[in-house]
Amino acid sequence: MKKDITRLSFILLFAPFALWIILLIILPHIGMVIISLREKVAPRIYEFSFANYVDFMQEPIYWNTLLRTGSMSLLVTVLALIIGFPIAYYIAKIAGKRSKGALFLLCLIPLWVSDLIRAFGWILLLRETGVVSTALQKTGLVSQPIEFLYNDATVIMGLVYTVILFMIVPLVSTLDGMDDAMVEAGYNLGGNGSTVLRRIIIPYAMPGIVSGCIVVFMLTAGSYLTPILLGGKNSSWFTEQIYEQFISRYNWESGAAFGFLLLFFTSIVVWLGLKLSGQTLSSTVAKS
Amino acid sequence: MSAEYDLECLDVSKNFGGVRAVEDVSFKIPKGSFFSILGPSGCGKTTLMRMIAGFEDPTRGDIYIKRKSVLNTAPNKRNVKMVFQHLALFPMMNVFENIAYGLRCRGETAGEIERKVKDVLERIALPDVGGREIHQLSGGQKQRIAIARCMVLDPDVLLLDEPLGALDLKLREAMKIELKLLQHQFDTTFIYITHDQSEALVMSDNVAIMNEGRFEQVGAPQELYHDPKTAFVAGFVGDNNHWTGKINQVIGDRLDLVTETGLSMTGHLRGNAAAAAGGNLTLFVRPEFITTRKVEDGTSEKISSDDNCLTGKIDSLLFNGANSRILVRGPGQELIEADIVLTGGTDDLRPGDPVRLSWPREQTMCFLA
Ligand SMILES: Nc1ncnc2c1ncn2[C@@H]1O[C@H](COP(=O)(O)OP(=O)(O)O)[C@@H](O)[C@H]1O
Ligand SMILES: [Mg+2]
Repeated sequence: MKKDITRLSFILLFAPFALWIILLIILPHIGMVIISLREKVAPRIYEFSFANYVDFMQEPIYWNTLLRTGSMSLLVTVLALIIGFPIAYYIAKIAGKRSKGALFLLCLIPLWVSDLIRAFGWILLLRETGVVSTALQKTGLVSQPIEFLYNDATVIMGLVYTVILFMIVPLVSTLDGMDDAMVEAGYNLGGNGSTVLRRIIIPYAMPGIVSGCIVVFMLTAGSYLTPILLGGKNSSWFTEQIYEQFISRYNWESGAAFGFLLLFFTSIVVWLGLKLSGQTLSSTVAKS
Repeated sequence: MSAEYDLECLDVSKNFGGVRAVEDVSFKIPKGSFFSILGPSGCGKTTLMRMIAGFEDPTRGDIYIKRKSVLNTAPNKRNVKMVFQHLALFPMMNVFENIAYGLRCRGETAGEIERKVKDVLERIALPDVGGREIHQLSGGQKQRIAIARCMVLDPDVLLLDEPLGALDLKLREAMKIELKLLQHQFDTTFIYITHDQSEALVMSDNVAIMNEGRFEQVGAPQELYHDPKTAFVAGFVGDNNHWTGKINQVIGDRLDLVTETGLSMTGHLRGNAAAAAGGNLTLFVRPEFITTRKVEDGTSEKISSDDNCLTGKIDSLLFNGANSRILVRGPGQELIEADIVLTGGTDDLRPGDPVRLSWPREQTMCFLA
């Protein structure tokens, strides 16, 4: 009797979760794979084929864009880690108990504003007639207006800004669990600052680092607004290609293939990252 | 050759804002001895140790290791190693790497490291655990690895901050003896911090009793137990019957006094203060110095006039094998603790028995309040 009740409550609790997974994740992906594996041979007539994938392979622009998106996302991930780690360390270990909460909240503030508004904020600052350019002219440092938008550096900066929070949160939570005595032991046994960082703090924070990197990489590679708005038409972001196939060319078959390729490619990168760092998904993302 | 001191502290003080954690502490520790700092929690023991290790700077005073001041030496350059309260072993390294960490920091060769780690593991009697992960070790093994990790570096002084606090009672008893043996084996100066008096008394050559940031008394365990210099030391070390009272008469170092509960006693003045009639006293009598006799009708034993004598009724009996004890309801209705021997025979003391308690005058340790 009691067992039945536990089972029932488990099913009731689990049902919405299962529905969500099935309806919004598994079904669309199955559908996408099916769509991507057909070719239009005549109006409304489709045949099974790998033509969409072959197209992707044969057109350098496509796979170059994918590689570029991948490598820029990696760069964004690395930058977010390098900038986020000291911030997370400060919040978790150096700040006092009371300022900790305030700092954490401060990190969350950008999330209250939508992606779109944040990107427009950057545009206001960085365009030719924007705040930075005007200020530089006023102070006489430059004589002509400067366009800061529409280059890779701006895109990367904007992306780092958008995703860095997702790096800081898991880092703070792992570093928070580290006993201060461990760092002191590291010094006491003769280590200097860099030894303690390399051999104690970073290995200890590894689960947080890896899970932060995975989340940031996936978010960046799949982001659309920031690269488009800050990078302009030439940002060559892979999501842009997908969008174009689906919406502009109305070519759902190749759009689906691209979408699936993006998923496949980022998964491979994440898998490689996990292998290289000697971590597993359950020891990182599941933990923090 | 004059005595060699591994560690000397001279008037060391530490303030945290308005809090005086450590005040004017001075001591010298001879080479190769086992020195304990015993005090209630919050009295500044950890702060003192962290200053020796270099994690806090003293507000005043100086610290010498091997006769050299270390105030301007960074923590990683001081040859004092520390076993932390929760050990702080590195969970992401296995046992071998934990022990090798310090050697690698020193830049020793792989062969040297291998040899030294193997050697130290043998000395702590855990020769085969090198490849294990930290979470695979038992509490006692972790303890020994934490010590080995320090000892492999051959420190001048090893600091231990309540290292047995996290262990269960049985293991703690075993580790007490083991620590003492390890100290003998490595022949290194150990400074051991604890709030547990039995740990300090069992293991140490010398013990410092610390209270509210100050050292109350430094001495061998027996000396502290039998000849405490302050009321705090008498009360903190060992079990006691504790009274407050007033002096009636002073005859040399003999005091005739009466407690607040109305018991008349004779006592022995401790400490260096001069006593006068009418002065307030704190007094202590240890349960093991009290002799208990059943009061039989008609028999009255003669006792020397110097001794103290009370009659009462046994209120309860606390059986604990060799450490059994009775609580006696005295004339002033207060409870007095006395140690007794129970043989299991028919003439053992039982609750309700009328008894006479007596103890020598010297065992009433009196301190001016
Ligand atoms: N970093 C610190 N800041 C402020 N006060 C501290 C700090 N460390 C210790 N104290 C205070 O100093 C006193 C002694 O602490 P501690 O040395 O940890 O005592 P013990 O180890 O004997 O329990 C305590 O009152 C404690 O609150
Ligand atoms: Mg302490």
